[in-house]
Amino acid sequence: MSHSSAATAPNPALRHHFAEMEQQKNAASLGMWLFLVTEIMFFGGMFCAYLIYRLQHFNDFAAASQSLSIKLGATNTAVLITSSLTVVLAVHAARHGKRKLLVLYLLATIVLGCTFLGVKAVEYTDKFKEHHVPGPSFNFAPEYMQGHPEQSPVDMRHAEMFFSLYFVMTGMHALHMIIGVGLFSGLTWLAWKGRYTKDYYTPIEMAGLYWHFVDVVWIYLFPLLYLISRHR
Amino acid sequence: MSTTAIAVAEHENYLNKEYGIKSWLLTTDHKRIALLYLMSITFFFFIGGFFALLIRLELLTPAGDLVQADTYNKLFTMHGMVMVFFFLIPVVPATLGNFLVPMMIGAKDLAFPRINLLSWYLYMIGGVLIMHCMLTGGVDTGWTFYTPYSTAFTNTKIIEAGLAAFVAGFSSIFTGLNFIVTVHRMRAPGMTWSRLPLFIWSQYATSIIMILGTPVIAITIVLVAAERLFHLGIFDPKLGGDPLLFQHLFWFYSHPAVYIMILPSMGIISEIIPCFSRKRIFGYKFVALSSIGIAVLGFLVWAHHMFVAGMSVYAALVFSFLSFLVAIPSAIKIFNWTATMYKGSISYQTPMLYAFGFLGLFTIGGLTGLFLASLGIDVHVTDTYFVVAHFHYIMVGGVLMGYLGGMHFWWPKISGRMYPEGWGRLAALIVFIGFNLTFFPQFILGYLGMPRRYWDYSHMPEFQILNVLSTAGSTILGVGYLLPMVYFLWSMRYGKLAPDNPWNAAGLEWKTSSPPTTYNFDETPVVDFEAYDYEHIPDREVPGES
Amino acid sequence: MFNNFPLWPERASTMAGNVDALFIFLLVLSGLMCVLIYVLILYFAARYRKRPGHVAEQIEGSTPLELTWSIIPMGIFLVIFFWGAVIFFQERTPPRGATEVYVVAKQWMWKLQHEDGQREINELHVPVGRDIKMIMTSQDVIHSFYVPAFRIKQDVLPGRYTTAWFRATQPGTYHLFCAEYCGTQHSGMIGQVVVMEPAQYEAWLGGTTSGAPLAVTGQRLFAELGCSTCHRSDTQGRGPDLQGVFGKVVLLEDGRTVTADENYIRESILTPGAKVVSGYKPIMPTFQGMVSDEQLNALVAYIKSLSQSQVPTKSAAATSPQPQIQQVQ
Repeated sequence: MSHSSAATAPNPALRHHFAEMEQQKNAASLGMWLFLVTEIMFFGGMFCAYLIYRLQHFNDFAAASQSLSIKLGATNTAVLITSSLTVVLAVHAARHGKRKLLVLYLLATIVLGCTFLGVKAVEYTDKFKEHHVPGPSFNFAPEYMQGHPEQSPVDMRHAEMFFSLYFVMTGMHALHMIIGVGLFSGLTWLAWKGRYTKDYYTPIEMAGLYWHFVDVVWIYLFPLLYLISRHR
Repeated sequence: MSTTAIAVAEHENYLNKEYGIKSWLLTTDHKRIALLYLMSITFFFFIGGFFALLIRLELLTPAGDLVQADTYNKLFTMHGMVMVFFFLIPVVPATLGNFLVPMMIGAKDLAFPRINLLSWYLYMIGGVLIMHCMLTGGVDTGWTFYTPYSTAFTNTKIIEAGLAAFVAGFSSIFTGLNFIVTVHRMRAPGMTWSRLPLFIWSQYATSIIMILGTPVIAITIVLVAAERLFHLGIFDPKLGGDPLLFQHLFWFYSHPAVYIMILPSMGIISEIIPCFSRKRIFGYKFVALSSIGIAVLGFLVWAHHMFVAGMSVYAALVFSFLSFLVAIPSAIKIFNWTATMYKGSISYQTPMLYAFGFLGLFTIGGLTGLFLASLGIDVHVTDTYFVVAHFHYIMVGGVLMGYLGGMHFWWPKISGRMYPEGWGRLAALIVFIGFNLTFFPQFILGYLGMPRRYWDYSHMPEFQILNVLSTAGSTILGVGYLLPMVYFLWSMRYGKLAPDNPWNAAGLEWKTSSPPTTYNFDETPVVDFEAYDYEHIPDREVPGES
Repeated sequence: MFNNFPLWPERASTMAGNVDALFIFLLVLSGLMCVLIYVLILYFAARYRKRPGHVAEQIEGSTPLELTWSIIPMGIFLVIFFWGAVIFFQERTPPRGATEVYVVAKQWMWKLQHEDGQREINELHVPVGRDIKMIMTSQDVIHSFYVPAFRIKQDVLPGRYTTAWFRATQPGTYHLFCAEYCGTQHSGMIGQVVVMEPAQYEAWLGGTTSGAPLAVTGQRLFAELGCSTCHRSDTQGRGPDLQGVFGKVVLLEDGRTVTADENYIRESILTPGAKVVSGYKPIMPTFQGMVSDEQLNALVAYIKSLSQSQVPTKSAAATSPQPQIQQVQ
C-alpha cells in the first residue's frame, strides 16, 4: 500500500489502488475511450436502421427531410463546433493551471450547450405544430411534395418512419447533450473551488472527450437527416 | 444471510476488517462487491429456477392444466429474462471475475472501484424493476421480444421489462470496461500478456463482447419502448417497417451474449484442469487466442437464428458458413483441455469433477450446434425443443458446471473455509445426472417436431413420455443446485479453516492469505514465473485426497 | 402408455429423407466425436491418476497437433456445410408448375386458399405426389408454418409473402404447427395436413363447396377496383399492361430492375410509388387498407394467371364465374 518509490508526498488525488498518477491517468483515459466505443455502438444501431430504411424508402425520406429547417440545423452545427473549441480551450487552461480561465471556458461551453438545446426545442415545437410528430395525429402536409412533379406521391407511412427515426436519433443526441451540460456544471463548480491543478485535471479532459464525441455524432446526424439528397 | 455473522480466520482480512451494513453497501473493495453480486445473483438464479420448475410441471401432462396459457407464457418469458440478463450474463464475471481479476494480475483493485460498485447498484435497480414487473403482471413475449408482437400486440409490461434489461445492460458494460482497463493498466511487474492466467484471457474476451454488444441491445430496447410509448414506427410493418430489422439488431447482441456466458466458464476450466492434473496447460497460446477468436467471430454469426425468418438464401449461406467457423476455436479448447490431462497426475476433487462434467456437457452442446448451423437441418429443428436442449447444454450445462467448479475451487479463498468434500462430489454427480435426464429427452422431442413455447400439447400425446422424463430430471437437477448453496452456507461457520493454497495451485491469487486482505497483497508481487508453473511446485497432499 | 412413444418423426415428404440422411450422418459423426473425447478423458483420468511415485510430465503443447485438430474439423465442417446448403437450396426453390396454396396466418389460426377456390381453416388437404407451393403472409404478428413430417418450416411475416414447398409421399394426417411464438394461444395455433391419394383428393375437391377459382375472384376484383381502366391490354393504358408480366424482369423508372414476383405485385398494389415501371407516371393510388390479405392473394393469383399460356387451373376458365358476389372479409 505504500508508494515507496515516490520521494515526495503523493498527489492527494491519487487513489489507493494506483501506483502513480501516470497510471491513474492512463487508466482513466483508456476507460473513457472504451466508453466512447460503447457509445458508437449505441448510436450505430440507430444509424444502421436509418440507413437501411433510407435506402428502402429513398423518395419518401428525401421529401420528409425537406421539411427540416437547414437554417436551424446549420446554426446548431456552428454552435456545437464552437463549443468543442471552448472545451479544448478549457482543457488547455486547466493544463496550465489557470483556474479563472478554466471556469470561464467551462461556462461558455455550458452556455453553448444550452443554446443548442434551445434551438432543438424550437425545432421540436415547429414539428409538433406541423403535425410531424409520429402518432395518431401525424399529418404530412403536401407542400413538401411540391417541386417534384416527376416523382411518386410520398407515402405518408414512410414519412412517419423518417420522423420516428429523426426524433429517436436527435432525442438520444439531445439526451447526451443534457448529460454533458450537467457534467460540465459540476466540473465548473469544482474548478471554481480549485479542485483541479496543473498536475490533476483528468476529469476535465475526460468530460472534454465525451463532449467531442457528442459533437461528432451531430456532425453525422446533420447531413444524414437534413442535407443529403434533399433535392435529389 | 447475515454477513456479519461469518466467523473468519484470525488475521485481518477483507471480511473482518469492517462490520456493519454500511461497510458493505458502500464498499469499493472488488471482493466485497463480488460477494454482494454473489448473493443477489444466487437469489435471481433461484427465482429463475422456480419458474423453470413450474414450466416443467406444466408440461408433465399434455393438457394445459396447471396454469393458464397466459401465465405459462409469462413463466417462460420471465424464466428467460431472469436467467439471461440477471444470472447467466453476470454470473461468472461479476462474482468470480470481480473477485479474481485484480488478484490474479497482482493489482490492489479494479481500475475503477466506484464504477464497480455502481455496476452492482445498476444490476440491483434492474433486478428491482424486473421483480416489480413480475409481481405486477409480467411480460409474455418470450425473452426475445420479437416485433410486431412486442410493439403492437401484447398488452403486458414490455417497457418495464425492457428498462430492467437496459439498466442491467449498463451494469455489464461497466464491468466489461473495468476489466479491460484493469488488465491493460494494472498488471503487476513481470505479469506479461503471455503470463496471464487463461481465466484473465477469457474475462478479457468476454469484456470485449460486453462493451461492443450490449449498447446495441440497449438501443434496440429504446426503439421498442419508443414505438410502444410514442407510437413511433420503426419496426412496425403497418408503416412499412421491417420486423426482421429488429431480429437482426436483437441477435447482433444476443448471439454474442451466449459467448459472454460461456467464455468465463471456459476460463475457469482452464484453471481447474491444470491444477488437478499438476501440469501446465497444453497449448497455452491456442487456448488464449481461441477466446479472442470466439469473441471476434461471435459477432459475425448472429443471423443463424434467422434461417427460416425470411432472409435471403445467400445471407443464410454466409451465416451458416461463419457459424461453422466459430465452432473451431471451441473445438480447439476441448482438445487442449483433454490433452492437458495426458501424462498428468490427476486427482478427483469436486472442482475437477465439475470440469469433467463441463467437458461432457459442453461437448454435446457444441456438437449439436453443428446440427443447427447446418441449414438443411436447422429448418426442421429451429424453434423446437432441439434448440431448447442445445442452448441449455451450453448455457446451463456448460456455464453452470464451470461456475460451480470455480465456486468450489476458489471457495477456500473467498470464505477462508473448506467446503465438505464428500457433499461436493455428491452434488456434482447429482447435477450431472439430473441435467442429462432433463435435457437429453428434449433433443428427441425437438427432432420429433415439438415446437418450443407450447403450453398445451394435448393433440400430440406422443410427446408425453419424453416430457415426463424431462420433468423428472428437473427435480433432481433442482436438488443438485440447492445442495451446494446449503453446504457453502454451512461451511462459512463450520467448515475447516482453509490454508492459503489448499490445492497447491499456481497463480497469484494463491500467494495471498485466505481470505485475502483488503488490498489483496501486502506488497505488490513481482511475477518471475510463467502461468501454470506446476513444474516448479513440489507435489504434496491436498484436501480431499485419500 | 408405451405404444405411443415414437423416437423418430414420420417421413412423409420428398424432403424428409434428405434431411434425415444428413441428420443421421451428423448423429454418427458427433457420436464418434463424443465417444472419442469421453474415452480419452476417462482413460487419462484413470491411467494418470495421482499416486505415490507418479509425477506429471510437463508438455508445452504442439503446434502440428493444434493445426491437425483445427484443420481436420474444418474439413468435416465444410462437408456438413455444403450438404446442408444443398438441402436448403432444394427447400427454398419451389419447382416450376407447383400447385399453389395461399396461406394467411392470424392469431391464432391458419387460413388457406386453394387455387380452385376451396378455403380451409387449420386443415390443408393435398394429394400425394404433387408439388405444393405455399405463398404465405400474416395479418398480425410473425407466425411460422411447420410440418415436422415434411421437415419444412418457414416464418410467416406481416406485410410480405414468404414461400415454402413440399411434395408429400405418404397418405396420412400430419401435424401442422405454428413454430414462432405468436401470443397467448400460440400452442393452439395447430392444425393438420391431410395427404390423400389422388382419387380421394379429387373426391374431396368435388365434395367441398368452393367459391370461384382464386384467379377468377381476382379478375372480378380487378374490375371492381377499377384496376382495368389503366392496366389495359392495348397500349393506350396509363399503367403498364400486366399480360405476361409475372416472372419477368421489369425495368424501373430509376434505372433499377426488379423481378416481378408475388412480393413485387403485392408491393405495387399497396405502395405503388415504391417501384414505378419505366415509362409510366407515378399516378397509381395506394390500395393500402382497401383490400384484405385474402383479396390481395386473389389479385396476385389473377395477375399470375395472365402469364400462363394455359388456363390458370383446370376448372377455372371452363366454368363461367358464379353469379353471386364472393364475400371477402
